[in-house]
Amino acid sequence: MNISNVATAPSREASFARRVFDLGENSLRELNQALHDLAPGSNETAWEVLNPKGSHSVAVGVDQPVSIDVRGSVGYYCGGMNAGGAITVHGSAGPGVGENMMSGRIVVKGDASQYAGATGRGGLLVIEGNASSRCGISMKGIDIVVRGNIGHMSAFMAQSGNLVVLGDAGDALGDSIYEAGLFVRGKVKSLGADCIKKEMRPEHIALLQDLLDRAGIRDARPQEFTRYGSARTLYNFNIDNADAY
Amino acid sequence: MSYHNPPTTPRKSATFDDYAISEIRRAASTGIYDIRGGGSKRKVPHFDDLLFLGASISRYPLEGYRERCDTSVVLGTRHAKKPIELKIPITIAGMSFGSLSGPAKEALGRGATIAGTSTTTGDGGMTEEERGHSKTLVYQYLPSRYGMNPRDLRRADAIEVVVGQGAKPGGGGMLLGQKISDRVAEMRTLPKGIDQRSACRHPDWTGPDDLEIKILELREITDWEKPIYVKVGGARPYYDTALAVKAGADVVVLDGMQGGTAATQEVFIEHVGQPTLACIRPAVKALQDLGMHRKVQLIVSGGIRNGADVAKALALGADAVSIGTAALIALGDNDPRWEEEYQKLGTTAGAYDDWHEGKDPAGITTQDPELMKRVDPITAGRRLANYLKVMTLEAQTIARACGKNHLHNLEPEDLCSLSIEAAAMAGVPLAGTNWIPGQGGF
Repeated sequence: MNISNVATAPSREASFARRVFDLGENSLRELNQALHDLAPGSNETAWEVLNPKGSHSVAVGVDQPVSIDVRGSVGYYCGGMNAGGAITVHGSAGPGVGENMMSGRIVVKGDASQYAGATGRGGLLVIEGNASSRCGISMKGIDIVVRGNIGHMSAFMAQSGNLVVLGDAGDALGDSIYEAGLFVRGKVKSLGADCIKKEMRPEHIALLQDLLDRAGIRDARPQEFTRYGSARTLYNFNIDNADAY
Repeated sequence: MSYHNPPTTPRKSATFDDYAISEIRRAASTGIYDIRGGGSKRKVPHFDDLLFLGASISRYPLEGYRERCDTSVVLGTRHAKKPIELKIPITIAGMSFGSLSGPAKEALGRGATIAGTSTTTGDGGMTEEERGHSKTLVYQYLPSRYGMNPRDLRRADAIEVVVGQGAKPGGGGMLLGQKISDRVAEMRTLPKGIDQRSACRHPDWTGPDDLEIKILELREITDWEKPIYVKVGGARPYYDTALAVKAGADVVVLDGMQGGTAATQEVFIEHVGQPTLACIRPAVKALQDLGMHRKVQLIVSGGIRNGADVAKALALGADAVSIGTAALIALGDNDPRWEEEYQKLGTTAGAYDDWHEGKDPAGITTQDPELMKRVDPITAGRRLANYLKVMTLEAQTIARACGKNHLHNLEPEDLCSLSIEAAAMAGVPLAGTNWIPGQGGF
C-alpha cells in the first residue's frame, strides 16, 4: 500500500500530518481498509483523497472522527453509513451520498444525485448545490440542508430528522411522511400524500436557525421558510383514505 | 302409492365455493381486503408430487447406520473472506423482531445454534437476544432499513439483500399498529401504534446495475469479509438468479409462493408468484449457464416441511434450504393445546394466520407481554433443534438409499414425478415413463 504523509512535519508533530491517498495510484479497497483500520484516538485525523474520478463507495463505513477532503467528484454512496467522520466532497456526488449516515458531517460542494441522505439516522448532510430526486428518502434522524433545489419525491416516507431547502422542491414532497420536519424557502411544486403545510412556531425558528448555523449558511433567515410535515391521516389504515394511496 | 318428487340435493358451486362466498361477504361488510400471515394455502404442485427412485441393480445404496452421508454446506465461497460453514443445509429464514416476539427470536437462534445452522434477522433490525443466541446470524438488508447500522452489519456473519419474498414478490413490509410496541417503535424509528408499511423497493438503488454498486458498498463497509446473499421471490427465477449473480451475489436465496410472510393481503399471497417447485430448475439452469452452479450457492425456501422436501430441493440443484413457517410450528405455533383460544379468535389450530393482529395464543407472533411469556426460549429452541435433526436424518436416509455419501450428490436423475405438472416444473420424468414435459425452455 502506498499511502504517504505528504506533510513534512517532524515526527513530534505527526498528529498534524495530513494523510493523502491518491485513488489514481491506490485502490478503493486500500482506502476504505485504511480508514477502517484506524484505532480510536488515532492521530491520523486528517485525510485527503485525490483523483476520485467518480469512484463509488469512497470513504464508506468510516467510524472514527476523522476529516476527509475528497478532491473531485464521486460516484454512488460516498460516505455511506458514516459514523463520526467529517467528509467534504470538493465536487459533485453521485446517488446515495451519505446513505444511512449515523453521525458526523458530510458536505458536498457541488450537486448531489438521487437519494442523497437516504435512510440517514443522524449527523448533518450539507449540499451546497442542488439535490436530485428522492433527497432524504426514508430519512430516520439525519439533518439535510440543501442550498439549491431538490427533485421530486424528496423526503418520501421520511421518518425523523429535518430537511432544509433554500431553493425549490419538486413534485410530491414528503409523500407518506412520518415525523420528519421539512423546511423550504422557495416554491414547492406539489406536496405528496399526507404532507401538509404547518405553522412555524418559535421552536421551529430556533431549530432552523441552528441547522442553518451548523450548515454555515449566513444569507438565509428562518422566517423566510415554510414548514411542512405529516397530517398523520394515513398512520392507521382507513378505507375512506384509499384514494390517497 | 304416490310418488313425491325427490328433493334435489343442494349443490354448491365449485366456482363460488364456501370460501369464495365468505370472502365476498367479508369484503362487503368491511370494505377492506383480507390481511393475513403465512404463505399460499392453495394446492399447487409441490415436493409431494416427486418420488425418489432409490437404489437397485444399476445403483448401489449406502449402509444406513455405518456409511457416512455428509450434510455440511459452505455458503459464500465466491467473494467473502469468511464464508459460512454450516453442519446442515437447512437454515432459518428471515423473520422480524416485531412480527415475532423477542423470546421467539431467541428460540430460533438457540435452536439453529444447537443444530449447527444459521438464523436470519428480518424487517426490524437485529436484537441483542438474537445476536447473542445465534452462532451464525444473517443480517437482512431491506428496503425499509429499519434499525440498519454499520455496527450490526459488521457483527453479522452474512448479509442478505432482500429484493423480494415468495409470499409477495413485488410487495413491501407490513406491521400493523397493534404490534408496534415501544421497543418495536424505537427500533424502527416510528411513532408507537401506527401501521408500518415499509417500501417495496430499496430507497437508494433500482435495477441490477445499481445492485452491483450497492453490493460493492456493503462489501467495502465490511471489508469483504461477509458473504452477501440476494433474496428474491419466485417471480422470474431464471433471470432473477442470473442478475443476482451478475450483481455479485455470493448466495442466491429463492423463495417460492408457499413461503410465509408476517402479514400481507390474501390476494397477494395467493395470486402473485410461482410455486417453489417451479422455481428451482430455472434458477439452477441460470447458475449452470453462467458456470456458477456450486460457486454461487442457491438456498431454496417456501413450503419445506420434512427431510424428503430437503432432499428433493437439493436433488434439483439447491445447495441448502430455508424454513420459516415450519420453524414456527416447531416452536409451538398453531399448537392444538391452545385450541380453546383459537376458537375464541374464530379459527382453529392449524389454520390460525392472523399473525398481524398480535393476539397469537402461542405467544410467537405477538408483542403482548403476557402472551409472549408462553414461549420459553430454551424449550422452544430445543424443539426446533430436534426438528432440524429429524429433517436431516430423513434427508440422509433418502440420500443413502440413493447411494449418495453427501446430500449434495443427490441429482434430478434420482427423481420421478407423480403428475405431469410437477414433472414439467421439476424437469424430471413422469413416473413409469421417460417423458419430461415442458422441455425446450422456461
